[in-house]
Amino acid sequence: MLAKIWAIFRKDMLVELRTKDSLNAMLFFGIVVLVIFNFALEPVRESIRAAVPGVLWVAFVFSGTLGLNRMFAVERENSCLQGLLMVPIDRGILYLGKMLAASVFMLITEAVVFVFCLVFFNLTVWKEIPWLALVFLVGTLGFTSVGTLLAAVAANTRMREVLLPLILFPVVLPIIVNAVEATGIVLNTVDYGALRLPLTFMSVFTIVFATVAYLLFDFVLED
Amino acid sequence: MIEAQGLAKYFGRFTALRSLTVSIGKGEFISLFGRNGAGKTTFLRIVAGLSRPSSGVLKILNPQPQSPQAARGLMGYLSHNTALYLDLTALENLRFYGELHGLPHQDSELEREIERVGLAGRGQEPVRNYSRGMQQRLAIARAFLHDPLILLLDEPFTGLDQAGTEFLRGYLAGARRDGKTCIMATHDVPLGYELADRMVVIEKGVVALDLSKSSVSLDEFQSRYGDLAKES
Repeated sequence: MLAKIWAIFRKDMLVELRTKDSLNAMLFFGIVVLVIFNFALEPVRESIRAAVPGVLWVAFVFSGTLGLNRMFAVERENSCLQGLLMVPIDRGILYLGKMLAASVFMLITEAVVFVFCLVFFNLTVWKEIPWLALVFLVGTLGFTSVGTLLAAVAANTRMREVLLPLILFPVVLPIIVNAVEATGIVLNTVDYGALRLPLTFMSVFTIVFATVAYLLFDFVLED
Repeated sequence: MIEAQGLAKYFGRFTALRSLTVSIGKGEFISLFGRNGAGKTTFLRIVAGLSRPSSGVLKILNPQPQSPQAARGLMGYLSHNTALYLDLTALENLRFYGELHGLPHQDSELEREIERVGLAGRGQEPVRNYSRGMQQRLAIARAFLHDPLILLLDEPFTGLDQAGTEFLRGYLAGARRDGKTCIMATHDVPLGYELADRMVVIEKGVVALDLSKSSVSLDEFQSRYGDLAKES
């Protein structure tokens, strides 16, 4: 099972390394969001640390949605999805491989966008970095656990680019709210114990949705 | 080997299959004919497990697979869509599908597969650089990499040049000799007739003609198929 998840992940990474379609679009979008907020938040520069969590997650979520759409666009080209569906594996494995790839693309984007954020907003966060990395990881897994399933649903429709955000954002709202809260705790307090609640919520959300998506993926992909 | 009983498939108000019943024996080569939209592809997709029937039953017997995954392992599906990743090389495409099939292929074996479909020395090139015919040749290697017992072919000759057509024709004749069960949807009546043991015509989602090759000549079949098209 792990070998097959790895094969799907490696294939997605290889395609992305060759084309750089998803990462370029995701990075560009994420950085543009930061630039806009950099100007918009100029008047409240003194309290910028309070605004940064929201700004970051807006950039992460919108660029992540672009990446999810692109990930299934590759499978539509030449009907590759049909080839994948014909292999004798549990289709949930396809979901896990795709989710892993989507998470890695998002985390790479988040790392770069975060560095730009530090520069634009003139932040110093060295000692908070391990905690931020944990929050980004858990929040990203929550986002992609739902996003991968819904991107597969949207991929089979005509209005896929429009449909994905419409069905994804309401479902991942609890993850985004908790991710923003957790990022705010790391950036604005020293009480890291307060992270327990949002991190636990996001972890449980991820496990529940990933399990449901694993079981449903077969039905989502067949017509 | 394959038994379809009363298969129906609806896409909203559109009826793709109405009540299709057909039985296909082990080692038989069936050519499926019918106009565009008659239901040939829908039938093949249901057999392949790519689509669920709205009603009716599809059974695969002898060997009877224990799970949908096992059933997919018995089948190879080749259509005019190649299911190849254009930004990967031929070798990377075959390696990827081989891994998902759980095949312990070495690169040298995959190179031989690439050679076998007439693409010797092109294994390290991205598929995007291939012509349509070359992509279809590689798709043959991809679809049948795991040596399936059942070959599902949806207009497989699309995009092939003369040499490619000859190659696939020879490949399918070989598969037939090896006792593989083949179901091929095609619009090419002489070619379909030549390869088949039985010709099945689907019209408006049901089997309208089901004739064995021994019972009918090519001219007679063409005439009856033509009459059927005129009637509807």
